[in-house]
Amino acid sequence: MAKAKFEVPELQEYPEVPKIEPGTMAHLETFKAKPEFQEALGFPGELTDNWQEQAIEAMGDMLGKYRSLKVYMDSCVKCGACTDKCHYYLGTKDPKNMPVARQDLMRKVYRRYFTLAGKFFPKLVGATDFTQEVLDDWYNYFHQCSQCRRCSVFCPYGIDTAEISMAAREIMDRIGVGDKYSNEIIGKVYRIGNNLGLPGPALEDTLEGLEEDVFDETGVEVKYPMDVKGADILLVTPSADFFAEPHVDGLIGYGKVFHEAGVSWTVSSKASEAANFGMFIGSYENMRKVSLRIREAALELGVKRIIFGECGHAWRVAYAFLNTLAGPFDFLDKNYPVPQHILEFTLDEIEKGTLNIDKSLNDDMVLTFHDSCNVARATRMGDKPGGQFDIPRAVIKAVCNNYVDMPEDTIREATFCCGGGGGLLTDDLMELRVKGAKPRMEALKSVTEEYGVTHMAAICAICKSQFTKVIPYYGFEMDQIVSVHQLVSNALVLTGQNSEGEEDESEEDAA
Amino acid sequence: MSLAITVLFYVATVILITGLAYRIWVYAKVPAPLKIATTPAPVTKGGVALRMFREVAFFESLFKSNKLLWLLGVLFHLGLLLVLLRHLRYFINPVPTVIELVQPFGKYAAFAMIAGLLGLWARRFVIDRVRYISAPSDHLILALLVLIGISGASMTFVSHVDVVGLKSFTLGLLTFDWKPLPSDLLLVMHLFLVAVLMIIFPYSKLLHGVGVFFSPTRNQVDNPREKRHLADWARKLEENS
Repeated sequence: MAKAKFEVPELQEYPEVPKIEPGTMAHLETFKAKPEFQEALGFPGELTDNWQEQAIEAMGDMLGKYRSLKVYMDSCVKCGACTDKCHYYLGTKDPKNMPVARQDLMRKVYRRYFTLAGKFFPKLVGATDFTQEVLDDWYNYFHQCSQCRRCSVFCPYGIDTAEISMAAREIMDRIGVGDKYSNEIIGKVYRIGNNLGLPGPALEDTLEGLEEDVFDETGVEVKYPMDVKGADILLVTPSADFFAEPHVDGLIGYGKVFHEAGVSWTVSSKASEAANFGMFIGSYENMRKVSLRIREAALELGVKRIIFGECGHAWRVAYAFLNTLAGPFDFLDKNYPVPQHILEFTLDEIEKGTLNIDKSLNDDMVLTFHDSCNVARATRMGDKPGGQFDIPRAVIKAVCNNYVDMPEDTIREATFCCGGGGGLLTDDLMELRVKGAKPRMEALKSVTEEYGVTHMAAICAICKSQFTKVIPYYGFEMDQIVSVHQLVSNALVLTGQNSEGEEDESEEDAA
Repeated sequence: MSLAITVLFYVATVILITGLAYRIWVYAKVPAPLKIATTPAPVTKGGVALRMFREVAFFESLFKSNKLLWLLGVLFHLGLLLVLLRHLRYFINPVPTVIELVQPFGKYAAFAMIAGLLGLWARRFVIDRVRYISAPSDHLILALLVLIGISGASMTFVSHVDVVGLKSFTLGLLTFDWKPLPSDLLLVMHLFLVAVLMIIFPYSKLLHGVGVFFSPTRNQVDNPREKRHLADWARKLEENS
């Protein structure tokens, strides 16, 4: 078990809603962005002299631009429906991590400056001036929200705390208080093309390495192309897929599926990143700028389709926002959705029968599936609502014999965030990340004990990185986390593939 | 007293209507620049209408959240609806058959309404999480509604009010042909509190009744890949780049 400087929560067999313990997470503050990183995104380098005035002005501006923010500031009745829904509250017991209390950090300022009641009777309606103390609370607690939208499912008015924490981060950025992790990464995307700062030549090396690995293992020349003009498909995938475990096993899987499907594809060194951290900081302008790279890459390479790899928040920006931010995509093939998810593509191929699958190759595992928060509650796959739940499960079941779901109230639209989403996947927030993973760990533990589950599959780069890092704190092993396309890759027998060294020839499709 | 209540009601009505109209105008005017429906979401407009109907009529999301809270919310809101329908008999002459039929239900619905309110109020004391998020105004609004309910129910079940006199007063308000209000302390209190409620409605959390219809997570069609969604201010951003 990993060592921790804080108390790792004990997993409960029957999880209970904890009593509130004010202030348990007040100390946890993510590092602030240095002036150079702030300025690169068009924000002031450090806290401005008249920040209070500027913050109120920024809030007014956002209230006029985002209906969600305006309506959500007004509509909450403090019914408490959301109070036990946030994984960070359940894991930390800090009442400011209850969705309504987190929203109230902004709502009390909103009421003070933008409502009659708050101007005249601040105490009565819980309104306060925007003081340094309030700003500190904003910084701490709006960086303890992973924008997973679980609360919005249960709110009778659909109030989405993600919208509020995004707006709060944008307001803070505009007065010079930004978060180092997200803002530095966005800077890297502008300078180099991806979150990890991998330059083109390094990517090329990595991809060549993958080709060699796959060849050594299978004897088949599967290509992992980059910057190929005239390819049919542009694959946009999180940069973690290029080297992190288990992400890279997923990338190997995408390549094998494309190979067997007989389509031409390429990644782009310019748009070598699917994630769009502009969303985390609530900045439409930055989100748009990051998105436009994908449009430019698609135009330059002359592709006909765009497909996204396994990534949760990326899929949200891709599915729900890309057409808005960087559309219209009328230069692409109209027979396919823009963009498409790799799982939509793979399921299609499975259903067409182009893939030779030997499910028994995954028989050493009993799988369960973690619905990534942003895929589950902010996007869709396929034509039908809920396809984002059914398609990944259909793919897993098509390539594995042993699959069970975790408890109903922890999956599908009620899924728990991994604890590292929304721009919180940084070591300075490790305490929050470990505690926030508690509800998911409890669900995983229950299926481990009841059904002998050995592995949990995920379709998001953040989920995969977060889980491999935090599950050791709860007594699991990091290699229990797998990519869905890793499972596909395991079970996919390539045309002309070496048989596994033994006499056992699989019935190769002659066609 | 009669004159004071008459004036108060006109003022309250004007504030309620203009206040609500202003709010609706503001909500309608502010754009929703991105598609943010909480999914799974309907893929057609008809589907969205149905989702909204389930939300408003059955409190679908609240049901998913917490069954006891849902029950209390339904008791109060459904009770209030029936009570309000029953009150139409004071404003319409002759009383339509439908409203006649609602009478017996509307009478006892007052108890459901009060019980629901007391239950919701109790949560603010008993559950530590809800206690933490409650501001004084949350308690005061509940107190106001409970008092309105109790004063009203008392006139039906305890000390009857001069209904004929009341109806001539209310019809007088509608036709600007003012008639005296029967002098009855409970009635004056009831009407005064209702006027207060009408006045604070557009400026308080009671707005949730309007807000839900404008909530982008609930009222958007899930079709961002099929149809490009662009706000005016975002379009300008494109033109300038």
